Amino acid sequence: MNPLNLLFLFADNFAFIVLSAVGLAVIFGMMGVINLGHGEFIMIGAYGTTLSANAGVPLPLAMVIGVLVTAVMGFVLERTIIRRLYDRLLDSMVATWAIGLILTQGVRIALGNSIPQISTPLGTIAYGEFSYSTYRVVLSVVALAVLAGLYVLFTRTEFGIRARATIQDPDTARALGVDTDRMYTSTFVIGSALAGLTGALYAPTLTVVPGMGSSFLVEAFVAVVIGGPSVLLGTTLSGGLLGVIDALFTNLYGTFFGQIAMLLTAIVVIRLLSNGLTGLVEDVRNRMEGE
Amino acid sequence: MGIGDTFDRLCRPFEGPNTIGNTRRFWIGFVVVVLALLGYPIGFGGYAASSAALYLLYAILGLSLSIIWGYTGILSFGQVVFFGIAGYSFALISMNLSSTLTTMLALPISVAVATIASLVLGYFMFYGEVRDVYVTILTLVVSIVMNTFMAQTAGSEWTVGSVALGGFNGIPAIPSLTFSVGDASVVLDGSSFYWFTLIALLVVYLGLRALVNGRFGYTMVATREDEDRTEMLGYDVRRIKLLVFGLGGALAGFAGVLYATWGNYVSPSVFGITFASIPVVWVAVGGRRSLLGAVVATVVIEWFRQQLSATGSQYAMVIVGAVLLLAILFVPEGVIPRLNVALLNVRDRSETTPDSPDGTPE
Repeated sequence: MNPLNLLFLFADNFAFIVLSAVGLAVIFGMMGVINLGHGEFIMIGAYGTTLSANAGVPLPLAMVIGVLVTAVMGFVLERTIIRRLYDRLLDSMVATWAIGLILTQGVRIALGNSIPQISTPLGTIAYGEFSYSTYRVVLSVVALAVLAGLYVLFTRTEFGIRARATIQDPDTARALGVDTDRMYTSTFVIGSALAGLTGALYAPTLTVVPGMGSSFLVEAFVAVVIGGPSVLLGTTLSGGLLGVIDALFTNLYGTFFGQIAMLLTAIVVIRLLSNGLTGLVEDVRNRMEGE
Repeated sequence: MGIGDTFDRLCRPFEGPNTIGNTRRFWIGFVVVVLALLGYPIGFGGYAASSAALYLLYAILGLSLSIIWGYTGILSFGQVVFFGIAGYSFALISMNLSSTLTTMLALPISVAVATIASLVLGYFMFYGEVRDVYVTILTLVVSIVMNTFMAQTAGSEWTVGSVALGGFNGIPAIPSLTFSVGDASVVLDGSSFYWFTLIALLVVYLGLRALVNGRFGYTMVATREDEDRTEMLGYDVRRIKLLVFGLGGALAGFAGVLYATWGNYVSPSVFGITFASIPVVWVAVGGRRSLLGAVVATVVIEWFRQQLSATGSQYAMVIVGAVLLLAILFVPEGVIPRLNVALLNVRDRSETTPDSPDGTPE
């Protein structure tokens, strides 16, 4: 196998894993809530994009519409349902699952099992005897940009500091004048918008169907599980590790074994590191500082 | 009151603070309902009984989740994994060695396979100190991966013995359960399958009532309420969770074997994401801390889904999702416990003296 091909395969997997997981990870890391309707949020983003593009809107604008639709949906759901369940974590999982069921079947009833698809833009890059989709390279760049953007948002802005204060100690944050309710709503909307972005970005490369959300779930959940409590670092590390594992096994044995390998990685990582990869990083850091 | 006292004494092992229905009135009603259910095939015929048997075997699957989630506090989306594994192993064993004896033996072997699978998964999760939401995610991921795996087994290389796994289409023509002694053999189908399932459900229900109201049940509930405190009191929380998860796997596996022999068919859709969520719906709506609630909700919801899909309506899953959402938001303890409290209140008001402690809800 050509090393350049392997690199492209890795970049592609890395982008897919990071983009699948990032919306879920932001909501989980900041609020402790696992959004089991995450796949369906992605599906809504993809539908928003595809329907707009079919209506004649240029693709980049259609993607913005997909993101906005998902963000608005996230806002409404947080205000009406999710906020009642912040102190009941397992119940919030079941509730978001129920939302997912309603969304999948609702879209199926409203729009049928298939809609006209949009084609992958930007053509291909050719090198030697191989060629590769330019759009997929763009996706890897976008994945890195999203991670960088979130890093800046959560560490360098007023909002990020308030949000992190809310996670660390809601009572003190409130006493110091942070509107924690608003922080929770904003975080959920950001997570929803990121899910919508994933749907929008992958809409041209996948078949957009009501059940498409489940094809993101394995990657998203495994990445969050092994990433551990720290959102950005966790998502980046697990995207990297899983990207390598998936690229190797998919390349050697096929897609399904890539999935199995990721599942086994998750089980082994969890068995060995209860705080995931970020826990490991922190342990190492503490040990080095101790010496 | 000789008969009454004997009756009360018979009911006592199944009574306690962890279940609803601890009164003589409840048990009399219970016996009446069981007798009515036993008579159902006689009144409505074998075909109706066979359709109803599906709800009863699903109720066993529902109970398997009720003890894990409702009583021990572990939300698992993976009960269908063990359900499906047992169904597939029953198909592979009984069809590879097609004699009545092996069909009979395939039942316990398949349940054992499902139990071992649940113990292995449970070991990695609970002894790896995996926390609440992570357990839910992992079980869900296992279910999705099993679905992907089974759906891609269409090729001829995926053949176990003489039986092809069949990919997306699954395995057809699985033999019905057969019990044989010497030359005499009984094939369970129609009414006899219904009776077998009903009695199995009855045994499982009463057995679990005795379990949750016994010493082990108390440690289960203690684990649910506060893991650290239970551990401080000297209990091995990991072992409790593993044992309950294994028992849940065994029950789900048993239901899975019944399912495979009920329709003589098993397919990857048993691992599918929709089916994986259905037990959660039954238990959440019926009342996660109530065994009776799980059984009643399973039968009612499945009957309702069947009625709706028979009319060709696509709204079943939307309604099921909405019911689940409303239950979580407004009736978090479940419909059946809520009804029970309402009934007890009505009775307390009609009787001037407050009732004896046997009427206390859980």
